[in-house]
Amino acid sequence: MTGREETLSCERAFPRIEALGDRCLMVRLGDRIDPATTRAVHSLTDWLLAHMPTGVVDVVPAFTTVALHYLPERLPRAGGSPYRQLADSLAALLEGGIAPAEQSTRLVEVPVCYGGEYGPDLDDVAQRCDLTPDEVIRLHGASELVVQTFFFSPGNPFAGPLDARLTVPRRTTPRARVEAGSVAIANGLSSIYQVASPGGWNVIGRTPWSMFDLAWTPPTRLRLGDRLRFVPVSPETFASMDERRS
Amino acid sequence: MMHVDKPGVFSLLQDCGRYGVQRLGVPVNGAMDEWSHRVANLLVGNGKTAATLECTLQGPHLRFDHDTLIAVTGADMEIAIDGVQAPRNRAVLVRRNATLAFGKRTGGARAYLAVRGGFATEPVLGSRSTFVRGAFGGFEGRALRKGDQVPLHPADAGYPELQAALVSSGMPFVNGPVFRFQSHAAPMGAWRFIAGPQWDAFSDKARQSFTHDVFRIDARSDRMGYRLNGPVLDLKHPLEMVSEAVNFGTIQVPPDGNPIVLMADRQGAGGYPKIGYVISADLPALAQALPGDAVGFLPATLDEAEQAYLDREDRLEILRAAIRKTLPEALAHDPT
Repeated sequence: MTGREETLSCERAFPRIEALGDRCLMVRLGDRIDPATTRAVHSLTDWLLAHMPTGVVDVVPAFTTVALHYLPERLPRAGGSPYRQLADSLAALLEGGIAPAEQSTRLVEVPVCYGGEYGPDLDDVAQRCDLTPDEVIRLHGASELVVQTFFFSPGNPFAGPLDARLTVPRRTTPRARVEAGSVAIANGLSSIYQVASPGGWNVIGRTPWSMFDLAWTPPTRLRLGDRLRFVPVSPETFASMDERRS
Repeated sequence: MMHVDKPGVFSLLQDCGRYGVQRLGVPVNGAMDEWSHRVANLLVGNGKTAATLECTLQGPHLRFDHDTLIAVTGADMEIAIDGVQAPRNRAVLVRRNATLAFGKRTGGARAYLAVRGGFATEPVLGSRSTFVRGAFGGFEGRALRKGDQVPLHPADAGYPELQAALVSSGMPFVNGPVFRFQSHAAPMGAWRFIAGPQWDAFSDKARQSFTHDVFRIDARSDRMGYRLNGPVLDLKHPLEMVSEAVNFGTIQVPPDGNPIVLMADRQGAGGYPKIGYVISADLPALAQALPGDAVGFLPATLDEAEQAYLDREDRLEILRAAIRKTLPEALAHDPT
């Protein structure tokens, strides 16, 4: 017994379409995080947002997938299974290929105060990566990361890929409280906790920026595809830049 | 205006959910028991976008500035208006300034209060659902408190004869017509599920346990997820997962082997193996289950799940049509 699944082509494993329950469908565009998959995810997301299929109410990109939440009752009853109807029309669309999304040209420099109370896991990460804390800070800011997806909390970005020397798994014991603004890494990605919450990622610093504000349009500070560069700031600069979080 | 004299334990404005912005990291939220939420709105002639007040475990004491047509559905929670017991699952015209008091709960977890015309708080990102952790939506982004004044859209009584009866009777309320419908869409205790993408990655014993054993809802369950205690569900081999979309009803299994059913306040994506999905038609009954309740899972196919979903829509449509014969739709105040 497996979830319903179809392979569009015998030669290629992707894209694949699967039912995620009875009112959500997911297109799998790859099985690991790489630039080509990220581009495919963002391209399909952009296309779907511009051409929402009948019944679809939400388009949710993640690292390797795009999910479509839909209202089954909005698809024609005479057409049979709502999932099948939507999957068939998407399969036809994907067969024809999706125009690549316009790549964001923005480079955003994110201020981060590293270590100490701002980044309680910095020393631990350095030890596990066989680096000094200063090297971790340098490598974290050395390469441009691409914003892949938002989830966990509003405006909470997941960006990568990190320099391979910074590859660490999640903490074995999650923290009961990770402060808002915490800049954390795990599994080759970097994230920013928008609100204080429990969390299992390795916190190496904190940004004074809020990543989400309802007064902004869009309410997220960052956009999918943005390139990020983390820039170290002092505790004094952090204090002078600290923003309220909605 | 609706005055909150006692707030209840956890009373939240919720609608059908904040769909359309999950890609920004904003969760859907919305009513836990979508069936009861929608029926409450139908009973007072509201359209689909209206919010209801979701009252968990112990409901509030409320008063209205004007005579107001209301309906209460969901959990078996007694309601009294100025001390006189009033019916649930039925429209009731409440006299202005009379106290609507939720009382003893004998079953279920969440009651839903709809008011004709709907609550008039400002929608946030297209929805009036309360996002408690983000502190926005609903009424000031939080559960009701004593002394709150919740704005209502202006609305008529809906049934002119009820308005006349209220004037002539001197009673604190008068009852609207009775419509027959099921209060719960699934038998309590057994939930149908569709196998998830990692079904085959679980051990034979785990799959056997999942479909044959009983789980109990853990006390740490909330609107975000129901944690289940029972046999530990282990994988054949550890899995390296990339986070991907999850939905209302997704059953994920963290490394400790205790499944979590994701509910209304879930995040948009997750990275744990998914053993299955509770079918949408059975979620309202799950939303009415409480910590300590027993839960068992019955395998279903996607076709069965879709049929059950569409049957539920049909039942709601039949109810809507029946109500519409006697009750005109309340003025719509929202984009559809």
